[in-house]
Amino acid sequence: MFGTVFAALCSGFLKTLEIFVLTLAGAIPLGLLICLGSMSKSKFIRLPIRALIWIIRGTPLMLQLIIIYYGPGLVFKYPIWGGGSAGRMVATVVAFVINYACYFSEIYRGGIESISNGQYEAGAVLGMTKTQVFFKVILLQVIKRIVPSMSNEIITLVKDTSLARIIAVYEIIYEGQSFIKSQGIVWPLFFTGLFYLLFSGLLTIIFRKVEEKLSYIK
Amino acid sequence: MLKNIDLSMDQGEVLAIIGASGGGKTTLLRCINFLETPDSGSMTVGGETVSFPSADDKAQAAAIKSIRLKIGMGFQQFNLFPQYTVLRNVTLAPSLLKRGTPEAIEENAVRILTGLGLGEKLESYPGQLSGGQQQRVAIARALALDPQILCFDEPTSALDPALTGEVVKVVKKLKEASSTMLIVTHDMEFAHAVADRVVFMADGRVEESADVEEFFSSPKSEKAKLFLSMGPGTASEEY
Repeated sequence: MFGTVFAALCSGFLKTLEIFVLTLAGAIPLGLLICLGSMSKSKFIRLPIRALIWIIRGTPLMLQLIIIYYGPGLVFKYPIWGGGSAGRMVATVVAFVINYACYFSEIYRGGIESISNGQYEAGAVLGMTKTQVFFKVILLQVIKRIVPSMSNEIITLVKDTSLARIIAVYEIIYEGQSFIKSQGIVWPLFFTGLFYLLFSGLLTIIFRKVEEKLSYIK
Repeated sequence: MLKNIDLSMDQGEVLAIIGASGGGKTTLLRCINFLETPDSGSMTVGGETVSFPSADDKAQAAAIKSIRLKIGMGFQQFNLFPQYTVLRNVTLAPSLLKRGTPEAIEENAVRILTGLGLGEKLESYPGQLSGGQQQRVAIARALALDPQILCFDEPTSALDPALTGEVVKVVKKLKEASSTMLIVTHDMEFAHAVADRVVFMADGRVEESADVEEFFSSPKSEKAKLFLSMGPGTASEEY
């Protein structure tokens, strides 16, 4: 029995990891784009972006998942995400990427705004272009400052992946819960907690190492 | 903020801009470095002129870029790049501007840093250095672009009194090497010790511009007289 449960939970956890990795891969760069948009001098860029951030941060991720998965089909009468579990997975990743990109963008903005003007000025008087100043001078300092908030958000993401269950993505909670119906046992569901704990513990250690590595930047 | 400033400098001259806080010294220096944009006026460095307001934005941006590289700048708060070693702080701009081969740029940086007594600190990070050392790195960083004029905004103000001496020593050494320097300071002893000429500013105007000895022994304007009588001693023995 334990072997069957463990195998099912591992396959569910792989799905969880897949959502986790794809969300980070999409949200980290998209967040930077949204961040730059939200700080744009042009209000035609800034205001729509800020409205988007407001909507995404102001509504539950679970609701966004449902709207993104079912919405297009209801509007266009055609399932743009494709059918079956692959389509549900695409919709999940799209919803997670947009949601997390908005949160990341606000963390980035706080980090960028915390860098003293003197750093930009020092770059400017040394004849660097604005792009050079951003990528060669500002960026790593921003990264150093946002590591603690990012690690917080990323550990939240580990657990938020379980929301994908609402549109029947076979992640670990879904797998654990299925044993209630099929076998009448509830402990597999409780057992999923161990996976989350171990994984977030690993992330905690990694982020602490990253913080130590960057501690030379004063 | 600034009104009717008319200032010129000769090559090799060391000019100190002094005056009370809020008098416009730093604003003037920031205009010279294009960190502030003047409403109107013009500036010429080595035959190249930038005028405000500009008739042709593109040409002006090019002229600003070119003049900028002729002017080096040291900040009160140093503004070193904390993620880079001392050596990288100094080589970063020259390598981005492709001022030679990486080897030549590094060799030049090591020579400048060693000359400023930082030969042992090449691989240190700014956070590991004292204020005086950081200010010397900042000076080395400006020197690495081989500027025609070096500007300093209150280079000793963020330092403990015990550490100002090392920065003053460096500035004196640069003076001996006949660098052209423009120093904003409220440290009268420092100004007296290094400057050839003093420009006294108050309320956004140049109140007086005079030879350093003449200024400190017999200031002409009433505001300068009052300012000098209020400040601490003008003796320069300490340096």
